[in-house]
Amino acid sequence: MVSRMADKVWTGVFYVIAAFVVGLLVLFFATILSKGWGFWQPDFLFGRPSNTQAGGGVGPQLINSLYMLVITLLISVPLGLGAGIYLAEYAKQGRMLNFIRLCIETMASLPSIVVGLFGLLAFVTLTGWGYTLIGGALAITILNLPGLTRICENAILDVPSNIKEGSLALGATRWQTLVRVILPAALPQIMTGVILAAGRIFGEAAALIYTAGLTTPLLNFAADVSSPAHPLNVFRPAETLTVHIWKLNSEGIVPDAKIIAAKSAAILVMMVLLFNIAARLASVALQRYFAGNRRKTKKKMSNAA
Amino acid sequence: MKEKGKLYYWKSEYIGRALVTFCGLLIVITTILIIAFICGKGIQSFTQNGISLKEMLFSTEWKPGDSNPKYGAVIFIAGSTLVSLGAVLLSTPIALALAIFINFISPKFGSAILKPVLELLVGIPSVVYGWLGVTILIPLLRESFGGVGFSLLAGIIVLSVMILPTITSIASDALSAVPFSYLEASYGLGSTRWQAISRVIVPAAKTGIFTGIVLGLARAFGEALAVQMVIGNTVKLPSGLYSPTATLTGILTMDMANTINGTAWNNALWTLAMILLFISFFFIFLIRMIGRRGER
Repeated sequence: MVSRMADKVWTGVFYVIAAFVVGLLVLFFATILSKGWGFWQPDFLFGRPSNTQAGGGVGPQLINSLYMLVITLLISVPLGLGAGIYLAEYAKQGRMLNFIRLCIETMASLPSIVVGLFGLLAFVTLTGWGYTLIGGALAITILNLPGLTRICENAILDVPSNIKEGSLALGATRWQTLVRVILPAALPQIMTGVILAAGRIFGEAAALIYTAGLTTPLLNFAADVSSPAHPLNVFRPAETLTVHIWKLNSEGIVPDAKIIAAKSAAILVMMVLLFNIAARLASVALQRYFAGNRRKTKKKMSNAA
Repeated sequence: MKEKGKLYYWKSEYIGRALVTFCGLLIVITTILIIAFICGKGIQSFTQNGISLKEMLFSTEWKPGDSNPKYGAVIFIAGSTLVSLGAVLLSTPIALALAIFINFISPKFGSAILKPVLELLVGIPSVVYGWLGVTILIPLLRESFGGVGFSLLAGIIVLSVMILPTITSIASDALSAVPFSYLEASYGLGSTRWQAISRVIVPAAKTGIFTGIVLGLARAFGEALAVQMVIGNTVKLPSGLYSPTATLTGILTMDMANTINGTAWNNALWTLAMILLFISFFFIFLIRMIGRRGER
């Protein structure tokens, strides 16, 4: 009887804890949205920040964040895909592979501030670029490369081997098989992983403080592309939205620093929400488009085995 | 004809193969470069500035700006350790409960609501966690305990939320990997669900759960901004849970830009970065050890 009571009590405890965590997320979103209400106003989204007066916007920071995301994805997705392909298809079991895996593990567990400091040494001081957007992008690439590699490797390994064997038997080389047969089949999984990684890239801050800097030059689309004022120039300092929140909190002197930080946090959280929903939709849609009823065939295979 | 075939094969196989091999090697090269750069810089405070290793690791005095400068890293190492351990202690029971809930109590609610909730919690940027800490937690602590609110306790609470999804997802994987027959056998012997979970399932998934805890610890140790925003950043050992202190990552984010490259102060900060790097190596070693013991 006692054990039945204990069972019931513990079941209750589990429900309470689960509800508590859901409640926590609701509380977070409610706080962020209520404090940062009005974050969608164009004056704020696209306006210039002011250092002394209230009412400034976060236009340049938002542009920097988005541009940083694009550049980082352009660098890190090909590299991650390449490394994932290498690990899944070409690497031979043995010492070398173990060493590469150890390196990936090491890289994945590096604190982001350490990566930022490496960026300070390598991309800021050594290259002589100073604080640049590209330096920041390279630093976040280092942070995300292990994760992307793992996503791509797993996606490729998940492709049923009979597809691959069929292609090889028809006389295709391994590379042709990979590009024309395996990658299309692995694409839904890779896309989902990349979108989720994009969310993380968008939210990264610690690695950027010492690589992309805490300032942004006055941006002007009319300027020459080589001048630091042009928004698309990657060799310019670029304070992102996340860094902006941190700076406002630690050294903000604007009278409405709190409101700006709250609204910026709201933008960030909305973006995170968007990336999560996009990842879900993309995986469903792409799966349907590329592989039809892939899940069914997989089940059949495992039954046969 | 044969020659042409060879060329064709070369084009359609080896170029791609070379490219992806390069990508694989790039990871190795980058990792080695990071270690080399950080250590090369971090070791300078011992070789150039004559700070002794003993002082760095065992002295609690950090006075780099004094006329008689002292570079003891104990405060930061202790601060980081305490805040991470506290976060793990607070987070692990909740994470474990969530993992059990997702796998055994209500898989439907778990996969429909809890998993997306955890994914969103992972996605929230660390500065936003810091901001939430400053906005919700600090005023709450101030009202309940008085004082300033910025404290070790605040850091622990913020971090525990941040590492919750990490521990939960790994513990959940570990629990779901336990063979179903274990559960059946336990039920067959007449146990209740709680007895089966607490005496059979959780012990069987021990290795995976420990891995999750260490990963959570590693993440907590490396987290910089969220902790820095709420912990108070006072350079002294904490006298209790509700007293401000500083962490390795915090002092690095704040002071690296304020010091001039090449000075003893700056080099000492690089040494702190090196210590942080070694601690993250230690966590990898720990995870590998746990994995190896689990295989046996």
